Amino acid sequence: MKAHYGYKDGAGDFFIIIDTDNCIDCAEHPCVPACPESVLEIIEDDYEDIVASVARDQRKKVKYSCAPCKPDINRPPLPCQTACPFDAIEHSW
Amino acid sequence: MAEYWRWKEYNWHDENKDWRSGQLITAGVDVGSVSSQAVVMVDGELYSFSNMRTGSSSPESANAAMSWALENTGMTLDNIGFVIGTGYGRVNVPFSHKAITEIACHARGANFMYGPTVRTVLDMGGQDCKVIRCDDRGKVTAFAMNDKCAAGTGRGMEVFADLLAVPIEDVGALSLDVEVEPPPVSSTCVVFAKSEATGLLREGWPKSKVLAAYCSAMAHRIVTLLVQVGIEKDFAITGGIAKNIGVVKRLCNEIGIESLKTDYDTQIAGALGAALFGQNLLKKKLTQAEV
Repeated sequence: MKAHYGYKDGAGDFFIIIDTDNCIDCAEHPCVPACPESVLEIIEDDYEDIVASVARDQRKKVKYSCAPCKPDINRPPLPCQTACPFDAIEHSW
Repeated sequence: MAEYWRWKEYNWHDENKDWRSGQLITAGVDVGSVSSQAVVMVDGELYSFSNMRTGSSSPESANAAMSWALENTGMTLDNIGFVIGTGYGRVNVPFSHKAITEIACHARGANFMYGPTVRTVLDMGGQDCKVIRCDDRGKVTAFAMNDKCAAGTGRGMEVFADLLAVPIEDVGALSLDVEVEPPPVSSTCVVFAKSEATGLLREGWPKSKVLAAYCSAMAHRIVTLLVQVGIEKDFAITGGIAKNIGVVKRLCNEIGIESLKTDYDTQIAGALGAALFGQNLLKKKLTQAEV
């Protein structure tokens, strides 16, 4: 499942997309501690799979929460994507 | 003072069915931000439902919706084997055995209502809009939800119905009563859209043209969310706005795909899907009890 967490507003599209079909194979979920803003968490989804998700209290502010990892120039690789061994995390912006 | 936004609340049950002969009785309760529905299924068939406005308390709304769905049926909560709560207030359904997100429930409900060919479900709810991709069993394969603003939701449409003094049920048809499609109003904020509409009325625009501009804006906003997730045929719409022909027609024109039709009430899709999840879980529970 490609779970798009985030929102669309006048400033643009801000979605973190988690491919749970890939995420499901990960036992450690290193993406969660890798995020300096605690945007990610582990949940049991509706199909009883243990997967990463964007924390409920972060879903309407990901543009701001993720901003420290996304400087305008010399943008480094994102810590969540670097930590994910299954290439399961995408950002729409 | 007339409340033009106020949509009709109703309940229904199948008078030709005797639930007492049923083996699997399950219910789904969808406590949404604007409306609440309760659905009762007997042996995989729709038996009764209610659809009403959500009050200030989720538990009270869940109780009221469930009581209304059971009205005049002779059935009580004790007769129901499994209850699933869904929607914004899903964790506050006092009598539910489990909570499941409305995303999974709408996909499952649409699969039942429209058939297994549905691959893209658009749920236009009271305070959010969801695009869900699913497989032939109604299992979610992708989703996106936008609940950041009331523009593009049922609540936004209610605001416009009140502003223009047009009963909410008539908004869609009236919006199609224009010779030339006007440019859409602001689609990013319902407050801005309302201000813009007030200005257009002062310029002398008829109500139908203003509504056309708003329905068009709403359709366009939803299309951008559909594009985010991708659209695959067959395409189905659930939720209250599915009853607004003005939005549905403009939306389908923009994406170039017709939406499927159903005889079921599109507003009960979430609760219906929840009751279907309940059916599976009840079967599982009964099988485990036998072992």
